[in-house]
Amino acid sequence: MSWSNDVLARAEALVAGYPEPRSAVMPLLYLAMREDQGLTADGMRQVAEYTGLTSVQVESVASFYSMYKRDSVGDYIVSVCTSISCHLLGGDEVLAAVAEETGVPPGESGADGGFSIEGVECLGACGGAPAVQVNYELVEGVTPDSGRRLCRWLAYDRPVVVSSDQMQTEFGGIRSFDWGPAEPGGATGPVPAFGPLGTEGPRS
Amino acid sequence: MTERILTTRMEEHPADSNTLHRYEATGGYATLRKALVEMSPEQILDDVKAANLRGRGGAGFPAGVKWGFLAPAEPRYLVINGDESEPGTFKDRQLLERDPHQLIEGIVLSSYALGVNHAFIYIRGEYARPARRVQRAVEEAYDAGYLGENVLDSGLSLDITVHLGAGAYICGEETALLNSLEGRRGEPRLKPPFPAVEGLYSKPTIVNNVETISNIPWIVANGGAAYDSIGPEGSRGTRMFSLSGHVVRPGNYEVVMGMTWREMIYEIGGGIRDQNDLKCWIPGGASAPWFTPAVLDEPVTLDDAGRLGSMLGSGAIIVMDETTNVVAAALSIVKFFSHESCGQCTPCREGTTWLQRILERIVAGHGREADVGLLLDVCDNISPGLRWPPAQTTICPLGPSVVSPITSIMSHFRDEVEAMIRHAEPAGV
Repeated sequence: MSWSNDVLARAEALVAGYPEPRSAVMPLLYLAMREDQGLTADGMRQVAEYTGLTSVQVESVASFYSMYKRDSVGDYIVSVCTSISCHLLGGDEVLAAVAEETGVPPGESGADGGFSIEGVECLGACGGAPAVQVNYELVEGVTPDSGRRLCRWLAYDRPVVVSSDQMQTEFGGIRSFDWGPAEPGGATGPVPAFGPLGTEGPRS
Repeated sequence: MTERILTTRMEEHPADSNTLHRYEATGGYATLRKALVEMSPEQILDDVKAANLRGRGGAGFPAGVKWGFLAPAEPRYLVINGDESEPGTFKDRQLLERDPHQLIEGIVLSSYALGVNHAFIYIRGEYARPARRVQRAVEEAYDAGYLGENVLDSGLSLDITVHLGAGAYICGEETALLNSLEGRRGEPRLKPPFPAVEGLYSKPTIVNNVETISNIPWIVANGGAAYDSIGPEGSRGTRMFSLSGHVVRPGNYEVVMGMTWREMIYEIGGGIRDQNDLKCWIPGGASAPWFTPAVLDEPVTLDDAGRLGSMLGSGAIIVMDETTNVVAAALSIVKFFSHESCGQCTPCREGTTWLQRILERIVAGHGREADVGLLLDVCDNISPGLRWPPAQTTICPLGPSVVSPITSIMSHFRDEVEAMIRHAEPAGV
């Protein structure tokens, strides 16, 4: 699968923004994941070409970081924090509830491509424990019950854009701090929503 | 004790404290305008040294001393560590999300002082929302002439690149962060050489935490001596504490250090939920040894925490009430370090895994009598002598960090561990 001209231009801008092309590996991997709905061998080859690395070197980097998914992922990655502060306030129970509601065990993706469910380490939302992210958009103060409702909403409404503010209003509880103004937009795929293609590089 | 340096703007202007408009309307970038005209880089360096500002990432190393190590070679880089991942810590997230221009002004001032023309803000991948806010603020700052070629006609040129991580706690370790920024696996480097001599692309590099650099505009505006007059010696300035766990009012609190732990937990944190008794707390993130109510009336300072065998670390205070299963809590922390071990060093890679397995069987009700000794023996292999500060057999401090929860439950709650093992069912193997 080849990238569109828009994506190619984006990739070039990413590389140009760093003193050395290799530094663009991480944002390019997000770009590749975003384009191919997951990291593919082709995607990693493209990244290698842009950075002057071999595919094996790119894969070695990708395999180090938990947010680069080398298996295909669902439309919605639901990440439930079970690190200490969330553990103390029921994060494990939220994870169990979310897994049961979706029928997808933690660490796996559903056969229909709808959900990937994962227990994750600290999300930096300890004051709003237990915390959950959907495609890296945060919702704080989740209970087993609101976690189930969140999954039902995702399954039936199938939102194209996943927004923290909306999820927090409908399914959240206590927050770590006042979030300030609402954010426009949100995630539209399994990579962090950062810039127009789900990834943002340096200003070139 | 109500002095604030970092959080006044976001508290008074919750609707738009993240925007350039609000930042400028509340005096933002005025310090930069003045400093670029009236101050030499050396004067800023002197102020930061005089402030006795200690790094807010976890190690507490004096920022001015670190800056003083910067080698003369060119180019030099400044890297902001926004990889906040120490369990219990969420203060940098608030600073990034709610006042990104304060950080950017700190970066420009620091870059001017250090002779840097390219700075990087490394933000953990899970912080998509804070990263968007920071990126937007960076764009605003470029458009307003605070970044780019010839900043405010001063002759200084500075670019900022916002770089997103991808889910690896270890990248909070500064040399792992630099490897990650170079497009490599986030594995810590052997030191020396330290980053100030050979850092990013082997060039002189300063790595500072988000909160550390967010203090710079205030320090330059008011002078290092003014900062050095706030708070007790060795813990100058204010500090963002992240309170979580079984407290009534979790959250981030910017305070002057020196109050007692009792005040921190019962007044600032509002006490323990359901009026339960306090069992113990972790004073400085998951890597820190735990405290018990015996030290409630001790002061909250870096040096006192060290004297009592722990640390303030990343400023994360995790409170546990009487209902807490401390063995399960320790397992949660051990599981974290096991997951986040980069795998380079044997004591850490193997040790964290073994500790997790042993604790898992104890919590599952299949503990064995020898497990207490085995846990301590594995810990002793990771960090010989089990002392504080810990001995290190590994490239970075992640290895010894896994020892803290184990030695904590063994020193304070050994009877509970032993009781769990005594009541265990034979596992049949």
